[in-house]
Amino acid sequence: MLNIRNFALIVASAILLAACSSPVKLEDKAAPVVESGAGGADTRSVNTVDAGSTDPLNQPGGILSKRSIYFDFDSYIVKDEFKSVVEAHAQYLNSHKNRKIIIQGNTDDRGGREYNLALGQKRAEAVRKALVLLGVSDTQVEAVSLGKEKPKALGSDEASYAENRRSDIVYQ
Amino acid sequence: MKNKLHQLFAVIGLALTALVFSAPANAQLRIETSGVGATQIPIAIAGFSNENLAPQQVTAIIKADLERSGFFKIIDTGDVISETTQVNLGDWKARGADALVVGSVQRLADGRFDVRYKLMDTVKSAQLSGLAMAAPPERTRTTAHKIADDIYEKLIGGRGAFATRIAYIIKAGKEYRLEVADADGEGTQVALRSNEPIISPAWSPDGTKVAYVSFEAKKPVVYVQNLITKQRIVVANYKGSNSAPSWSPDGSKLAIALARDGLTQVYVVNADGGGLRRLTQTNGIDTEPQFSADGQNIYFTSDRSGGPQIYKMSANGGDAQRVTFGGSYNISPRISPDGKTLAYISQRSGRFQLYALDLGNGQEQRLSDTVKDESPSFSPNGKYIMYATESGRRGSLAVVSVDGRVKQRLTMQAGDIREPTWGPFMK
Repeated sequence: MLNIRNFALIVASAILLAACSSPVKLEDKAAPVVESGAGGADTRSVNTVDAGSTDPLNQPGGILSKRSIYFDFDSYIVKDEFKSVVEAHAQYLNSHKNRKIIIQGNTDDRGGREYNLALGQKRAEAVRKALVLLGVSDTQVEAVSLGKEKPKALGSDEASYAENRRSDIVYQ
Repeated sequence: MKNKLHQLFAVIGLALTALVFSAPANAQLRIETSGVGATQIPIAIAGFSNENLAPQQVTAIIKADLERSGFFKIIDTGDVISETTQVNLGDWKARGADALVVGSVQRLADGRFDVRYKLMDTVKSAQLSGLAMAAPPERTRTTAHKIADDIYEKLIGGRGAFATRIAYIIKAGKEYRLEVADADGEGTQVALRSNEPIISPAWSPDGTKVAYVSFEAKKPVVYVQNLITKQRIVVANYKGSNSAPSWSPDGSKLAIALARDGLTQVYVVNADGGGLRRLTQTNGIDTEPQFSADGQNIYFTSDRSGGPQIYKMSANGGDAQRVTFGGSYNISPRISPDGKTLAYISQRSGRFQLYALDLGNGQEQRLSDTVKDESPSFSPNGKYIMYATESGRRGSLAVVSVDGRVKQRLTMQAGDIREPTWGPFMK
């Protein structure tokens, strides 16, 4: 007949026997490492986020959000105040060789349609040339003109004219 | 004396306005004419018998055409006279008419209308002309215009242009449309609708196609559209801007302006888009090429000397000669069918106005009193120039005789009209 007292005696003897047979230092035994991947996800894993890797093109308020270059009356050169905008887009295009832009040149509404189309082209071309000089590939940029056909400002005052003398960079 | 004449013309203008308002309700058109030609022939146009059978009143269209030309003074008559009626021409001469027009309309069994007419000279007491034309009901307007053409030819000389058509662009709200209409602005039909601008329409010499620049691809591209089949082909979509199409007189080629090498320059291309050839090589802008009627030369706008001026070169390219010297801004050259007159737009003192240059003696003449003129176009008989101008704050079309004496203003009530181009003579 096996009662509790006898059972405890047997277990104690077994332990004594085990302890005597092979000495094991408990502190040397490392906890088993569970490899992730084979089974489920490791809920303890930590992966790094690099805050600088979101597309700078889409950052509101950043210099790349500036897509328009304005021109003086009868002028077709990129003014100094817009050089930093051009440089920023050049840098972006140089580091993102898969991106393409179309530059649309505009004029104010004074003058003939076809001649103004050609003048708007000069404004688009000025920005294109500036980008190419900064190393941007020809295949990434196309300069076109909208002439006086798509004015942003509809008035017949100086402020409206100035708003329309403009090249816009449009990412494709 | 001049004041009284002005008053008379104003009355004529108002009377004309009333006449045109008798047109169908959906015409929404107003034509105002002022001025008279060097000669004015008093002509009486009787009602044609049974003309109310046809969809339009033929004599109303004939009267409007002749009056609009500025060369005729319409003598009022309520009489209806068919071409088979015996007429006492002496009576008509006594009533002040140098010429009398009579006729009839008949519906044929196949549904067409047979229109017959006679033109009589009351002074010579003789018949000058007569025609019989059968046409389907939808061609009633054209038949009336052809009669007006015949009267014009017999009494004034040269070919009439009343039976021709025009094409133009209209902007209504956010929509742009290329439309075709009769030369009097009636019978409008839409050839193209777009949400992006359309500019520079140009009729093919046979009147079946129109070339134009469309911005539907977010850049200017040259298309040729067959008006009958609606088929469109892209004639030029090179890198950069493509614009300013002008047909060669034989319809085989188009001169165009391309910016594919950076600056806008003149090229020539086959009507199917093949065989591109560059014609100009300057460091400025060369654009708005226009073939001369004999196909030998191309007139174009160039700013190679600073401001834009008009030049002429061989249709094969090469050296160009400057043609305009008045003022510092001359654009939009158009050459008359006989090659003797150049129409263009000149900017002087901030105004953009239509001018005509006699290429023989170099004399230029300002033809308009408005300040925002664009896009001149000769009638195929070379007698009139149609152009776009601003009326109130909307674009409207205007016509002026080449000598500047007769002026017309066409106003469509809904929309901003621009870029008119006068179509060729057709059968």
